[in-house]
Amino acid sequence: MSEITTDQVAHLANLARIALTGAEIEKLTGELGAIVDAIAKVSEVAGVDVPATSHPIPLVNVFRPDVVGPTLTAAQALAGAPEHDGSRFKVSAILGEEQ
Amino acid sequence: MAKAELMDFDKALELFEPVLGFEVHIELNTKTKMFSDAPNFFGGEPNTNITPVDLGLPGSLPVVNEQAIKYSISLGLALGCSIRPSSRFARKNYFYPDLAKNYQISQFDEPIAFDGNVEVELANGRVFQVSIERAHMEEDAGKLTHVGGSTGRIQGAEYSLVDYNRAGVPLVEIVTNIIYGAEKDAPELAKAYVSTIRDIVRSLGISDAKMERGNLRCDANISLTPRGSGLLGTRTETKNVNSLRSVERAIRYEIQRQAAILAKGGTITQETRHWHEDTGVTSAGRPKSDADDYRYFPEPDLLPVEPSLALIEELRAALPEAPTIRRRRLKADWGFTDLEFQDVVNSGLLVEIEETCAAGASPAQARKWWTGEIARLANAAEVDATSLVSASQVAELIALIESGALTDRLARQVLEGVISGEGSPAEVVALRGLAVVSDDGALIAAIDEALASQPDVLEKIRDGRVQAAGAVIGAVMKAMKGTADAARVRELVLERATAE
Repeated sequence: MSEITTDQVAHLANLARIALTGAEIEKLTGELGAIVDAIAKVSEVAGVDVPATSHPIPLVNVFRPDVVGPTLTAAQALAGAPEHDGSRFKVSAILGEEQ
Repeated sequence: MAKAELMDFDKALELFEPVLGFEVHIELNTKTKMFSDAPNFFGGEPNTNITPVDLGLPGSLPVVNEQAIKYSISLGLALGCSIRPSSRFARKNYFYPDLAKNYQISQFDEPIAFDGNVEVELANGRVFQVSIERAHMEEDAGKLTHVGGSTGRIQGAEYSLVDYNRAGVPLVEIVTNIIYGAEKDAPELAKAYVSTIRDIVRSLGISDAKMERGNLRCDANISLTPRGSGLLGTRTETKNVNSLRSVERAIRYEIQRQAAILAKGGTITQETRHWHEDTGVTSAGRPKSDADDYRYFPEPDLLPVEPSLALIEELRAALPEAPTIRRRRLKADWGFTDLEFQDVVNSGLLVEIEETCAAGASPAQARKWWTGEIARLANAAEVDATSLVSASQVAELIALIESGALTDRLARQVLEGVISGEGSPAEVVALRGLAVVSDDGALIAAIDEALASQPDVLEKIRDGRVQAAGAVIGAVMKAMKGTADAARVRELVLERATAE
Protein backbone atom coordinates (compact mmCIF):
# COMPACT_ATOMS: atom_id res chain seq x y z
CA MET A 1 0.00 0.00 0.00
CA SER A 2 1.10 3.51 -0.67
CA GLU A 3 1.91 6.01 2.03
CA ILE A 4 -0.39 8.73 0.73
CA THR A 5 -2.16 10.32 3.68
CA THR A 6 -5.16 12.60 3.95
CA ASP A 7 -2.83 15.31 5.30
CA GLN A 8 -0.75 15.13 2.12
CA VAL A 9 -3.81 15.40 -0.08
CA ALA A 10 -5.11 18.35 1.92
CA HIS A 11 -1.69 20.02 1.58
CA LEU A 12 -1.58 19.42 -2.18
CA ALA A 13 -5.12 20.74 -2.56
CA ASN A 14 -4.11 23.86 -0.69
CA LEU A 15 -1.03 24.35 -2.92
CA ALA A 16 -3.18 23.89 -6.01
CA ARG A 17 -5.82 26.28 -4.65
CA ILE A 18 -8.53 23.63 -4.85
CA ALA A 19 -11.16 23.61 -2.11
CA LEU A 20 -11.93 20.01 -1.15
CA THR A 21 -14.44 18.62 1.34
CA GLY A 22 -13.39 16.02 3.87
CA ALA A 23 -15.18 13.33 1.85
CA GLU A 24 -13.39 14.37 -1.34
CA ILE A 25 -10.04 14.26 0.44
CA GLU A 26 -10.78 10.73 1.68
CA LYS A 27 -11.79 9.60 -1.80
CA LEU A 28 -8.76 11.19 -3.49
CA THR A 29 -6.39 9.75 -0.90
CA GLY A 30 -7.49 6.31 -1.96
CA GLU A 31 -7.31 7.08 -5.68
CA LEU A 32 -3.90 8.77 -5.50
CA GLY A 33 -2.67 5.86 -3.40
CA ALA A 34 -3.73 3.43 -6.14
CA ILE A 35 -1.84 5.53 -8.74
CA VAL A 36 1.31 5.63 -6.63
CA ASP A 37 1.10 1.84 -6.15
CA ALA A 38 0.77 1.37 -9.90
CA ILE A 39 3.83 3.55 -10.56
CA ALA A 40 5.75 1.65 -7.89
CA LYS A 41 5.28 -1.53 -9.97
CA VAL A 42 7.22 0.14 -12.79
CA SER A 43 10.04 0.84 -10.34
CA GLU A 44 10.15 -2.87 -9.53
CA VAL A 45 10.79 -3.69 -13.19
CA ALA A 46 13.34 -0.89 -13.77
CA GLY A 47 16.52 -1.99 -12.02
CA VAL A 48 19.50 0.13 -11.09
CA ASP A 49 20.85 -0.32 -14.60
CA VAL A 50 17.95 1.69 -16.07
CA PRO A 51 18.69 5.41 -15.87
CA ALA A 52 15.92 7.77 -14.76
CA THR A 53 14.38 9.73 -17.61
CA SER A 54 12.07 12.69 -17.86
CA HIS A 55 11.06 12.01 -21.43
CA PRO A 56 9.93 8.92 -23.35
CA ILE A 57 11.75 9.86 -26.57
CA PRO A 58 15.55 9.48 -26.62
CA LEU A 59 16.26 12.96 -27.96
CA VAL A 60 18.47 15.75 -26.61
CA ASN A 61 19.48 19.26 -27.70
CA VAL A 62 16.38 20.28 -29.60
CA PHE A 63 17.00 23.97 -30.14
CA ARG A 64 15.79 26.80 -32.30
CA PRO A 65 17.97 29.58 -33.77
CA ASP A 66 17.79 33.00 -32.12
CA VAL A 67 15.64 34.55 -34.85
CA VAL A 68 12.59 36.70 -34.22
CA GLY A 69 9.28 35.34 -35.49
CA PRO A 70 5.73 36.67 -35.67
CA THR A 71 4.08 37.93 -32.49
CA LEU A 72 0.50 38.38 -31.33
CA THR A 73 -1.08 41.80 -31.34
CA ALA A 74 -2.31 43.07 -28.00
CA ALA A 75 -5.89 42.61 -29.23
CA GLN A 76 -5.21 38.96 -30.13
CA ALA A 77 -3.44 38.39 -26.82
CA LEU A 78 -6.34 39.83 -24.86
CA ALA A 79 -9.08 38.16 -26.92
CA GLY A 80 -9.58 35.34 -24.43
CA ALA A 81 -9.11 37.40 -21.29
CA PRO A 82 -12.10 37.68 -18.95
CA GLU A 83 -11.07 41.26 -18.19
CA HIS A 84 -8.57 43.73 -19.63
CA ASP A 85 -7.98 47.46 -19.95
CA GLY A 86 -7.38 47.49 -23.71
CA SER A 87 -3.68 46.67 -23.50
CA ARG A 88 -3.14 44.71 -20.30
CA PHE A 89 -4.76 41.74 -18.59
CA LYS A 90 -6.81 42.72 -15.58
CA VAL A 91 -6.67 40.38 -12.60
CA SER A 92 -8.09 40.65 -9.12
CA ALA A 93 -5.82 42.09 -6.46
CA ILE A 94 -3.48 39.36 -5.34
CA LEU A 95 -2.45 38.71 -1.80
CA GLY A 96 1.12 37.59 -2.11
CA GLU A 97 3.96 38.66 -4.28
CA GLU A 98 6.30 37.64 -7.03
CA GLN A 99 8.41 34.61 -6.18
CA MET B 1 12.62 50.05 12.06
CA ALA B 2 13.37 53.70 12.80
CA LYS B 3 16.99 54.77 12.30
CA ALA B 4 17.35 55.52 16.03
CA GLU B 5 16.48 51.91 16.95
CA LEU B 6 19.19 50.40 14.74
CA MET B 7 22.30 49.15 16.45
CA ASP B 8 25.51 51.04 15.73
CA PHE B 9 27.32 49.17 12.91
CA ASP B 10 30.60 48.70 14.81
CA LYS B 11 28.76 47.54 17.90
CA ALA B 12 26.77 45.02 15.80
CA LEU B 13 30.05 43.64 14.44
CA GLU B 14 31.41 43.25 17.97
CA LEU B 15 28.47 41.06 18.94
CA PHE B 16 27.70 39.20 15.71
CA GLU B 17 29.32 37.76 12.62
CA PRO B 18 27.44 38.58 9.40
CA VAL B 19 26.86 35.61 7.10
CA LEU B 20 25.99 36.39 3.47
CA GLY B 21 24.63 34.76 0.36
CA PHE B 22 23.57 36.21 -2.99
CA GLU B 23 21.21 35.31 -5.79
CA VAL B 24 21.89 37.43 -8.85
CA HIS B 25 19.56 37.27 -11.85
CA ILE B 26 20.98 38.23 -15.23
CA GLU B 27 18.68 38.97 -18.17
CA LEU B 28 20.42 37.71 -21.32
CA ASN B 29 20.40 40.02 -24.34
CA THR B 30 19.51 37.40 -26.92
CA LYS B 31 17.34 38.56 -29.81
CA THR B 32 14.46 36.30 -28.80
CA LYS B 33 13.06 34.86 -25.60
CA MET B 34 14.16 31.70 -23.80
CA PHE B 35 11.45 29.41 -25.15
CA SER B 36 9.69 31.40 -27.88
CA ASP B 37 10.72 33.44 -30.90
CA ALA B 38 9.11 36.63 -29.57
CA PRO B 39 11.51 39.60 -29.46
CA ASN B 40 13.47 39.85 -26.21
CA PHE B 41 12.46 43.45 -25.76
CA PHE B 42 10.85 44.70 -22.60
CA GLY B 43 9.12 48.00 -23.07
CA GLY B 44 7.01 49.37 -25.85
CA GLU B 45 3.30 48.67 -26.06
CA PRO B 46 2.15 46.15 -23.44
CA ASN B 47 1.46 42.58 -24.60
CA THR B 48 2.89 43.01 -28.09
CA ASN B 49 6.22 41.14 -27.76
CA ILE B 50 4.53 37.86 -27.02
CA THR B 51 3.56 34.61 -28.69
CA PRO B 52 1.12 31.90 -27.58
CA VAL B 53 4.06 30.21 -25.78
CA ASP B 54 4.65 33.28 -23.57
CA LEU B 55 0.96 33.24 -22.63
CA GLY B 56 1.00 29.51 -22.00
CA LEU B 57 -1.93 29.06 -24.38
CA PRO B 58 -3.20 25.49 -24.87
CA GLY B 59 -1.38 23.67 -27.65
CA SER B 60 1.68 25.91 -27.59
CA LEU B 61 5.06 24.31 -26.94
CA PRO B 62 8.31 25.88 -25.76
CA VAL B 63 11.53 25.38 -27.74
CA VAL B 64 14.92 26.26 -26.28
CA ASN B 65 16.86 29.22 -27.70
CA GLU B 66 20.28 27.88 -28.73
CA GLN B 67 21.98 31.25 -28.21
CA ALA B 68 20.70 31.44 -24.64
CA ILE B 69 22.28 28.03 -23.98
CA LYS B 70 25.62 29.24 -25.34
CA TYR B 71 25.47 32.44 -23.30
CA SER B 72 24.63 30.46 -20.17
CA ILE B 73 27.55 28.09 -20.73
CA SER B 74 29.90 31.04 -21.34
CA LEU B 75 28.74 32.67 -18.13
CA GLY B 76 29.13 29.42 -16.21
CA LEU B 77 32.69 29.04 -17.50
CA ALA B 78 33.51 32.68 -16.68
CA LEU B 79 32.31 31.98 -13.12
CA GLY B 80 34.75 29.09 -12.94
CA CYS B 81 31.93 26.55 -12.92
CA SER B 82 31.80 23.03 -14.26
CA ILE B 83 29.27 22.53 -17.03
CA ARG B 84 26.86 19.65 -16.50
CA PRO B 85 27.08 17.10 -19.33
CA SER B 86 23.30 16.70 -19.20
CA SER B 87 20.96 19.24 -17.68
CA ARG B 88 17.19 19.48 -17.57
CA PHE B 89 14.54 22.10 -17.20
CA ALA B 90 11.96 21.84 -14.44
CA ARG B 91 8.61 23.35 -13.63
CA LYS B 92 8.45 25.53 -10.57
CA ASN B 93 4.76 25.65 -9.70
CA TYR B 94 3.27 28.70 -8.09
CA PHE B 95 0.14 30.79 -8.41
CA TYR B 96 0.86 34.36 -9.27
CA PRO B 97 -0.29 36.08 -12.46
CA ASP B 98 3.20 37.33 -13.44
CA LEU B 99 3.33 34.10 -15.43
CA ALA B 100 0.22 32.91 -17.19
CA LYS B 101 1.10 29.21 -17.01
CA ASN B 102 0.98 28.91 -13.19
CA TYR B 103 4.57 27.73 -13.35
CA GLN B 104 7.97 29.06 -14.27
CA ILE B 105 10.30 26.98 -16.39
CA SER B 106 13.53 26.86 -14.43
CA GLN B 107 16.19 24.33 -13.53
CA PHE B 108 16.14 22.46 -10.26
CA ASP B 109 18.36 19.48 -9.57
CA GLU B 110 20.35 19.68 -12.81
CA PRO B 111 21.52 23.30 -13.31
CA ILE B 112 23.67 23.87 -16.38
CA ALA B 113 26.64 25.18 -14.35
CA PHE B 114 27.82 24.42 -10.80
CA ASP B 115 30.76 24.69 -8.39
CA GLY B 116 32.44 27.93 -9.40
CA ASN B 117 34.48 30.67 -7.85
CA VAL B 118 34.63 34.43 -8.32
CA GLU B 119 37.52 36.57 -7.14
CA VAL B 120 36.31 39.86 -5.68
CA GLU B 121 38.68 42.68 -4.76
CA LEU B 122 37.81 45.26 -2.12
CA ALA B 123 38.98 48.86 -1.80
CA ASN B 124 41.41 47.98 0.98
CA GLY B 125 43.09 45.46 -1.31
CA ARG B 126 41.49 42.45 0.39
CA VAL B 127 40.74 39.75 -2.17
CA PHE B 128 37.73 37.55 -1.50
CA GLN B 129 37.02 34.17 -3.06
CA VAL B 130 33.25 33.92 -3.44
CA SER B 131 32.23 30.33 -3.98
CA ILE B 132 29.45 29.78 -6.53
CA GLU B 133 26.99 26.97 -5.87
CA ARG B 134 25.26 27.03 -9.26
CA ALA B 135 24.14 29.06 -12.23
CA HIS B 136 20.87 27.93 -13.76
CA MET B 137 18.66 28.97 -16.64
CA GLU B 138 15.08 30.13 -16.30
CA GLU B 139 12.54 32.53 -17.74
CA ASP B 140 11.64 36.00 -16.50
CA ALA B 141 8.07 36.86 -15.48
CA GLY B 142 5.65 39.52 -16.66
CA LYS B 143 5.18 42.91 -15.07
CA LEU B 144 2.28 43.66 -12.73
CA THR B 145 0.95 47.13 -12.03
CA HIS B 146 -1.19 47.34 -8.91
CA VAL B 147 -4.06 49.76 -9.25
CA GLY B 148 -6.04 51.30 -6.42
CA GLY B 149 -5.10 51.65 -2.79
CA SER B 150 -2.93 54.52 -1.67
CA THR B 151 0.55 53.09 -2.05
CA GLY B 152 0.59 51.53 -5.50
CA ARG B 153 1.81 48.37 -3.83
CA ILE B 154 0.02 45.09 -3.40
CA GLN B 155 -1.57 45.91 -0.06
CA GLY B 156 -4.82 47.77 -0.65
CA ALA B 157 -4.76 47.31 -4.44
CA GLU B 158 -8.17 46.85 -6.06
CA TYR B 159 -6.86 45.04 -9.10
CA SER B 160 -3.66 44.44 -11.03
CA LEU B 161 -2.78 44.90 -14.71
CA VAL B 162 -0.42 42.45 -16.37
CA ASP B 163 1.99 43.05 -19.24
CA TYR B 164 3.63 39.81 -20.44
CA ASN B 165 6.28 41.44 -22.66
CA ARG B 166 8.97 40.43 -20.15
CA ALA B 167 7.55 36.94 -19.62
CA GLY B 168 9.95 34.40 -21.09
CA VAL B 169 13.00 36.69 -21.28
CA PRO B 170 16.04 34.43 -20.70
CA LEU B 171 17.51 34.63 -17.22
CA VAL B 172 20.52 33.07 -15.58
CA GLU B 173 20.37 32.93 -11.80
CA ILE B 174 23.74 32.80 -10.07
CA VAL B 175 23.62 31.42 -6.53
CA THR B 176 26.57 31.67 -4.14
CA ASN B 177 27.43 29.30 -1.36
CA ILE B 178 27.27 30.74 2.15
CA ILE B 179 29.89 33.45 2.61
CA TYR B 180 31.61 33.60 6.00
CA GLY B 181 34.33 35.91 7.20
CA ALA B 182 33.37 39.12 5.44
CA GLU B 183 33.06 40.82 8.86
CA LYS B 184 33.00 44.61 8.65
CA ASP B 185 33.60 44.42 4.91
CA ALA B 186 30.23 42.66 4.42
CA PRO B 187 28.39 45.67 2.92
CA GLU B 188 31.30 46.49 0.64
CA LEU B 189 31.78 42.86 -0.34
CA ALA B 190 28.12 42.74 -1.39
CA LYS B 191 28.60 45.74 -3.64
CA ALA B 192 31.95 44.50 -4.98
CA TYR B 193 30.52 41.04 -5.72
CA VAL B 194 27.60 42.39 -7.73
CA SER B 195 29.93 44.83 -9.46
CA THR B 196 32.26 41.96 -10.40
CA ILE B 197 29.37 39.90 -11.77
CA ARG B 198 28.26 42.94 -13.77
CA ASP B 199 31.79 43.34 -15.19
CA ILE B 200 31.88 39.65 -16.12
CA VAL B 201 28.55 39.63 -17.99
CA ARG B 202 29.34 42.91 -19.71
CA SER B 203 32.74 41.73 -20.86
CA LEU B 204 31.02 38.59 -22.18
CA GLY B 205 28.52 40.85 -23.97
CA ILE B 206 25.63 38.62 -22.89
CA SER B 207 23.55 41.18 -20.98
CA ASP B 208 23.02 44.92 -20.87
CA ALA B 209 23.44 44.44 -17.10
CA LYS B 210 21.79 47.70 -16.09
CA MET B 211 20.54 47.37 -12.53
CA GLU B 212 18.22 50.35 -12.80
CA ARG B 213 16.46 48.60 -15.69
CA GLY B 214 16.31 45.26 -13.94
CA ASN B 215 18.70 43.52 -16.37
CA LEU B 216 20.72 42.57 -13.31
CA ARG B 217 18.92 41.97 -10.02
CA CYS B 218 20.36 40.99 -6.68
CA ASP B 219 18.62 39.22 -3.81
CA ALA B 220 20.85 39.57 -0.77
CA ASN B 221 20.61 36.97 1.98
CA ILE B 222 22.00 37.83 5.36
CA SER B 223 21.97 36.40 8.85
CA LEU B 224 23.89 37.15 12.04
CA THR B 225 25.74 34.60 14.14
CA PRO B 226 26.26 35.55 17.80
CA ARG B 227 30.04 35.56 18.45
CA GLY B 228 31.21 32.30 19.89
CA SER B 229 27.91 30.48 19.40
CA GLY B 230 28.81 28.72 16.17
CA LEU B 231 25.12 28.76 15.27
CA LEU B 232 23.74 30.03 11.99
CA GLY B 233 21.18 32.78 12.54
CA THR B 234 17.84 33.10 10.77
CA ARG B 235 18.28 34.80 7.42
CA THR B 236 16.35 37.43 5.54
CA GLU B 237 16.36 37.88 1.76
CA THR B 238 16.37 41.51 0.65
CA LYS B 239 14.90 42.25 -2.77
CA ASN B 240 14.35 45.36 -4.83
CA VAL B 241 17.96 46.55 -4.64
CA ASN B 242 18.32 48.42 -7.91
CA SER B 243 21.78 49.92 -7.74
CA LEU B 244 25.24 48.98 -6.51
CA ARG B 245 25.07 51.54 -3.73
CA SER B 246 21.71 50.12 -2.62
CA VAL B 247 23.27 46.66 -2.29
CA GLU B 248 25.85 48.07 0.09
CA ARG B 249 23.34 50.17 2.03
CA ALA B 250 20.77 47.37 2.29
CA ILE B 251 23.30 44.92 3.78
CA ARG B 252 24.51 47.52 6.26
CA TYR B 253 20.91 48.28 7.23
CA GLU B 254 19.97 44.63 7.70
CA ILE B 255 23.05 44.02 9.90
CA GLN B 256 22.07 46.94 12.11
CA ARG B 257 18.38 45.98 12.17
CA GLN B 258 18.90 42.29 12.94
CA ALA B 259 21.53 43.09 15.58
CA ALA B 260 19.14 45.46 17.34
CA ILE B 261 16.41 42.80 17.44
CA LEU B 262 18.73 39.98 18.58
CA ALA B 263 20.39 42.11 21.26
CA LYS B 264 16.98 42.70 22.82
CA GLY B 265 16.33 38.98 22.93
CA GLY B 266 14.05 39.04 19.88
CA THR B 267 14.03 36.63 16.98
CA ILE B 268 14.50 37.26 13.25
CA THR B 269 11.62 36.23 11.03
CA GLN B 270 12.66 34.27 7.94
CA GLU B 271 11.16 36.42 5.20
CA THR B 272 11.79 38.48 2.10
CA ARG B 273 12.44 42.16 2.81
CA HIS B 274 11.87 45.00 0.38
CA TRP B 275 14.55 47.67 0.13
CA HIS B 276 13.24 51.22 -0.12
CA GLU B 277 15.74 53.37 -1.95
CA ASP B 278 14.14 56.65 -0.87
CA THR B 279 14.02 56.03 2.87
CA GLY B 280 16.99 53.66 3.08
CA VAL B 281 15.15 50.97 5.03
CA THR B 282 13.81 47.46 4.39
CA SER B 283 10.25 46.38 5.12
CA ALA B 284 8.79 42.93 5.69
CA GLY B 285 7.55 41.01 2.67
CA ARG B 286 6.47 37.44 2.25
CA PRO B 287 7.32 34.92 4.98
CA LYS B 288 9.75 32.49 3.45
CA SER B 289 10.57 29.02 4.58
CA ASP B 290 13.09 26.49 3.39
CA ALA B 291 10.13 24.24 2.85
CA ASP B 292 8.55 26.48 0.19
CA ASP B 293 6.71 23.87 -1.78
CA TYR B 294 7.04 24.59 -5.49
CA ARG B 295 6.46 20.95 -6.45
CA TYR B 296 9.33 21.01 -8.96
CA PHE B 297 9.19 18.30 -11.57
CA PRO B 298 10.99 17.74 -14.89
CA GLU B 299 9.49 19.91 -17.66
CA PRO B 300 7.84 17.33 -19.95
CA ASP B 301 7.71 19.74 -22.91
CA LEU B 302 11.49 20.11 -23.13
CA LEU B 303 14.34 17.72 -23.77
CA PRO B 304 17.63 17.51 -21.90
CA VAL B 305 20.47 19.85 -22.87
CA GLU B 306 23.71 17.98 -23.49
CA PRO B 307 26.41 20.36 -24.72
CA SER B 308 29.29 18.64 -26.49
CA LEU B 309 32.79 18.95 -25.07
CA ALA B 310 33.78 20.59 -28.35
CA LEU B 311 31.19 23.34 -27.86
CA ILE B 312 32.23 23.90 -24.25
CA GLU B 313 35.89 24.15 -25.21
CA GLU B 314 35.06 26.49 -28.10
CA LEU B 315 33.18 28.79 -25.71
CA ARG B 316 35.96 28.53 -23.11
CA ALA B 317 38.56 29.57 -25.67
CA ALA B 318 36.46 32.63 -26.54
CA LEU B 319 36.17 33.85 -22.94
CA PRO B 320 37.42 37.35 -22.21
CA GLU B 321 40.20 37.66 -19.64
CA ALA B 322 39.25 37.27 -15.98
CA PRO B 323 38.41 40.52 -14.13
CA THR B 324 41.52 40.46 -11.93
CA ILE B 325 43.84 39.86 -14.89
CA ARG B 326 42.03 42.50 -16.89
CA ARG B 327 42.45 45.01 -14.08
CA ARG B 328 46.19 44.43 -13.96
CA ARG B 329 46.44 44.94 -17.71
CA LEU B 330 44.33 48.11 -17.73
CA LYS B 331 46.31 49.62 -14.85
CA ALA B 332 49.51 49.14 -16.83
CA ASP B 333 47.98 50.36 -20.11
CA TRP B 334 46.56 53.49 -18.53
CA GLY B 335 49.65 54.30 -16.49
CA PHE B 336 47.65 55.00 -13.34
CA THR B 337 49.19 54.99 -9.89
CA ASP B 338 47.97 52.40 -7.34
CA LEU B 339 45.87 55.07 -5.70
CA GLU B 340 44.35 56.33 -8.95
CA PHE B 341 43.52 52.83 -10.10
CA GLN B 342 42.02 51.83 -6.75
CA ASP B 343 39.88 54.94 -7.03
CA VAL B 344 38.56 53.64 -10.36
CA VAL B 345 37.92 50.12 -9.03
CA ASN B 346 36.12 51.48 -5.96
CA SER B 347 33.91 53.65 -8.10
CA GLY B 348 32.72 50.54 -9.97
CA LEU B 349 33.25 52.44 -13.22
CA LEU B 350 36.06 50.40 -14.75
CA VAL B 351 33.99 49.32 -17.75
CA GLU B 352 32.70 52.84 -18.35
CA ILE B 353 36.20 54.28 -18.29
CA GLU B 354 37.45 51.52 -20.57
CA GLU B 355 34.63 52.20 -23.03
CA THR B 356 35.24 55.94 -22.85
CA CYS B 357 38.90 55.36 -23.71
CA ALA B 358 37.89 53.04 -26.54
CA ALA B 359 35.77 55.90 -27.89
CA GLY B 360 38.88 58.07 -28.13
CA ALA B 361 39.27 59.77 -24.74
CA SER B 362 42.55 59.80 -22.82
CA PRO B 363 42.54 57.52 -19.73
CA ALA B 364 43.40 60.45 -17.43
CA GLN B 365 40.46 62.54 -18.64
CA ALA B 366 38.09 59.55 -18.62
CA ARG B 367 39.06 58.79 -15.02
CA LYS B 368 38.82 62.44 -14.00
CA TRP B 369 35.29 62.89 -15.34
CA TRP B 370 33.79 59.55 -14.33
CA THR B 371 35.18 59.41 -10.79
CA GLY B 372 34.89 63.18 -10.35
CA GLU B 373 31.99 65.23 -11.59
CA ILE B 374 29.81 62.36 -12.84
CA ALA B 375 30.22 60.34 -9.62
CA ARG B 376 29.48 63.50 -7.62
CA LEU B 377 26.25 64.13 -9.55
CA ALA B 378 25.28 60.46 -9.22
CA ASN B 379 25.83 60.57 -5.46
CA ALA B 380 23.79 63.73 -5.16
CA ALA B 381 20.95 62.13 -7.12
CA GLU B 382 21.41 58.80 -5.26
CA VAL B 383 21.67 56.79 -8.47
CA ASP B 384 24.44 54.85 -10.21
CA ALA B 385 26.68 56.96 -12.45
CA THR B 386 26.02 54.59 -15.35
CA SER B 387 22.35 55.59 -15.38
CA LEU B 388 23.23 59.24 -16.01
CA VAL B 389 25.41 59.25 -19.12
CA SER B 390 26.91 56.81 -21.60
CA ALA B 391 30.59 56.26 -22.28
CA SER B 392 30.22 57.68 -25.79
CA GLN B 393 28.68 60.88 -24.44
CA VAL B 394 31.53 61.31 -21.99
CA ALA B 395 34.08 60.64 -24.74
CA GLU B 396 32.41 63.32 -26.87
CA LEU B 397 32.52 65.77 -23.97
CA ILE B 398 36.22 65.08 -23.42
CA ALA B 399 36.92 65.54 -27.14
CA LEU B 400 35.31 69.00 -26.93
CA ILE B 401 37.51 69.87 -23.94
CA GLU B 402 40.67 68.62 -25.62
CA SER B 403 39.92 70.57 -28.80
CA GLY B 404 39.66 73.73 -26.72
CA ALA B 405 35.97 74.21 -27.47
CA LEU B 406 35.06 73.75 -23.79
CA THR B 407 36.73 74.65 -20.53
CA ASP B 408 36.24 72.28 -17.59
CA ARG B 409 33.79 74.73 -16.12
CA LEU B 410 31.72 74.86 -19.32
CA ALA B 411 32.00 71.09 -19.67
CA ARG B 412 30.34 70.67 -16.28
CA GLN B 413 27.40 72.71 -17.52
CA VAL B 414 27.26 70.68 -20.72
CA LEU B 415 27.28 67.51 -18.63
CA GLU B 416 24.29 68.73 -16.67
CA GLY B 417 22.50 69.39 -19.95
CA VAL B 418 23.28 65.91 -21.26
CA ILE B 419 22.06 64.32 -18.01
CA SER B 420 18.83 66.30 -18.09
CA GLY B 421 18.16 64.93 -21.56
CA GLU B 422 18.91 67.99 -23.70
CA GLY B 423 20.84 65.89 -26.21
CA SER B 424 24.44 65.02 -27.06
CA PRO B 425 27.26 67.21 -25.71
CA ALA B 426 27.53 69.03 -29.06
CA GLU B 427 23.77 69.64 -29.06
CA VAL B 428 23.85 70.99 -25.51
CA VAL B 429 26.75 73.32 -26.44
CA ALA B 430 24.69 74.69 -29.33
CA LEU B 431 21.45 74.83 -27.34
CA ARG B 432 22.90 76.61 -24.32
CA GLY B 433 25.52 78.67 -26.22
CA LEU B 434 28.30 77.28 -24.06
CA ALA B 435 31.24 77.16 -26.47
CA VAL B 436 34.45 78.88 -25.43
CA VAL B 437 34.73 82.37 -26.88
CA SER B 438 38.00 82.36 -28.75
CA ASP B 439 37.17 85.58 -30.61
CA ASP B 440 39.92 87.97 -29.42
CA GLY B 441 37.72 91.00 -30.12
CA ALA B 442 35.13 89.92 -27.56
CA LEU B 443 37.85 89.00 -25.07
CA ILE B 444 39.68 92.32 -25.50
CA ALA B 445 36.45 94.26 -24.95
CA ALA B 446 35.90 92.41 -21.68
CA ILE B 447 39.55 92.92 -20.65
CA ASP B 448 39.24 96.67 -21.32
CA GLU B 449 36.21 96.79 -19.09
CA ALA B 450 37.98 94.88 -16.30
CA LEU B 451 41.08 97.08 -16.56
CA ALA B 452 38.96 100.22 -16.32
CA SER B 453 37.99 99.30 -12.77
CA GLN B 454 41.45 97.95 -11.85
CA PRO B 455 43.86 100.38 -13.59
CA ASP B 456 46.93 99.43 -11.52
CA VAL B 457 47.05 95.82 -12.70
CA LEU B 458 49.20 96.48 -15.77
CA GLU B 459 51.71 98.44 -13.65
CA LYS B 460 51.98 95.52 -11.20
CA ILE B 461 52.61 93.09 -14.05
CA ARG B 462 55.35 95.32 -15.47
CA ASP B 463 56.90 95.31 -11.99
CA GLY B 464 57.14 91.54 -12.28
CA ARG B 465 54.03 90.66 -10.23
CA VAL B 466 52.50 88.53 -12.98
CA GLN B 467 49.97 86.99 -10.60
CA ALA B 468 48.16 90.32 -10.56
CA ALA B 469 46.69 89.28 -13.93
CA GLY B 470 44.48 86.87 -11.99
CA ALA B 471 42.15 89.63 -10.88
CA VAL B 472 41.49 90.66 -14.49
CA ILE B 473 41.11 87.05 -15.66
CA GLY B 474 38.59 86.46 -12.87
CA ALA B 475 36.62 89.57 -13.79
CA VAL B 476 36.57 88.61 -17.49
CA MET B 477 35.46 85.03 -16.74
CA LYS B 478 32.70 86.38 -14.53
CA ALA B 479 31.56 88.94 -17.09
CA MET B 480 31.49 86.29 -19.85
CA LYS B 481 29.81 83.72 -17.61
CA GLY B 482 32.66 81.27 -17.92
CA THR B 483 32.71 81.06 -21.70
CA ALA B 484 36.11 82.79 -21.97
CA ASP B 485 39.25 80.74 -22.53
CA ALA B 486 41.17 81.69 -19.37
CA ALA B 487 44.56 80.84 -20.86
CA ARG B 488 43.92 83.11 -23.85
CA VAL B 489 42.71 85.94 -21.56
CA ARG B 490 45.93 85.66 -19.59
CA GLU B 491 48.01 85.83 -22.77
CA LEU B 492 46.12 88.93 -23.92
CA VAL B 493 46.53 90.68 -20.54
CA LEU B 494 50.28 89.97 -20.48
CA GLU B 495 50.64 91.16 -24.08
CA ARG B 496 48.86 94.38 -23.14
CA ALA B 497 51.22 94.96 -20.20
CA THR B 498 54.36 94.57 -22.29
CA ALA B 499 52.96 96.56 -25.24
CA GLU B 500 52.06 99.66 -23.26
